[in-house]
Amino acid sequence: MTSDLIVFLVLSLVAVAAALGMVLSRNAVYSALFLVLNFVTVAIFYLILGAPFIAMSQITVYAGAIMVLFLFVIMLLGAESLAPSEVLPWQKWLARGLAFALIAELIYLFWNTRPEIITTPGLVVNSMDSLRAMAMSLFNDFLLPFEVTSILLLVAMVGAIVLSKREKAGQK
Amino acid sequence: MVHVDYYVILSAILFTIGALGVLVRRNPLIIFMSIELMLNAGNLAFVAFGRSHELLGTPNFNPFSGQIFVFFVIAVAAAEVAVGLALIVEIFKTKKNINIDEMNSLKG
Repeated sequence: MTSDLIVFLVLSLVAVAAALGMVLSRNAVYSALFLVLNFVTVAIFYLILGAPFIAMSQITVYAGAIMVLFLFVIMLLGAESLAPSEVLPWQKWLARGLAFALIAELIYLFWNTRPEIITTPGLVVNSMDSLRAMAMSLFNDFLLPFEVTSILLLVAMVGAIVLSKREKAGQK
Repeated sequence: MVHVDYYVILSAILFTIGALGVLVRRNPLIIFMSIELMLNAGNLAFVAFGRSHELLGTPNFNPFSGQIFVFFVIAVAAAEVAVGLALIVEIFKTKKNINIDEMNSLKG
C-alpha cells in the first residue's frame, strides 16, 4: 500500500464523514461547518490531481464566499433547527432505499464499464507553468463561455437585489 | 498510485449523500447545501477524468478542459446560491416559516 493510497483513503474518509454529518446533523449551523470541511477536503483532492487553481477557487469561492452567505442567512432567519414534520413519514424510508439503489447502481456501473486502468501519479503540485497554460486555454479556447459567465453573474446579482428589495407600502 | 476509479467512486458516494440529503431533510437551507454537495461531487469527477486523460495523452484533448468546466460550475453555483438564498429570505418574510412542507402554493 503506497503512501498515495493512504492519503487518498484518509481524505476520502474525512470527506464522506463530513458529508454524512452535513446531512444528519440537527443544527443547520453544524451542517454548514461540516460542508466547509467537505469542501476543504475536496480542495486537497484537487491539489493532488494537479489542479492548484481550482483548489484555490474552491476554498475562496465555495468554502469562503458561499458558505459565509449560507451561515449569514441561517442566522438571519433563525433557522438553526426546524420542528420535525410528520408530513409523508414514509418518504424518508423510501428515500433511503432509493439512495442505496443509486449508490449500488453507480458503483456497479463504474466498476464494470471502466475502459482501462488509469493511475494518477501521486502528490505532485504543479508549478506556475500549468497555471499559465490553463489561463491561456481559458482566455483563448473558452473565451465565449467565460464572457457568458460574467453575464450570468450580473443577472444573478440583479435578480438577488430585485428579489430582496422591500417595496414601500403605498408607493407601488 | 491511485486509480481514477477510486476518485469516481468517491464522487458517486458524495453525490448519493447529497441526493439523500435533498430527499430526507425539510430545511430548505440544508437542501441547498446538499445541492452544493452534489455539484461538488460532479466537479471532483470532472477533475479526475481530466487528469487521467491528460496522463493518457488522449489525442486532441485539451488537458485543462476538465478544470475549466469546474471553474464554470463554481461560477454557476455562486449565482444559484445568491438567487436561491434571496428567494428563501423572501419566502420567510411572507410566510414566517421556511419548512418546505408548507410551501405548497405559488401565491404568497
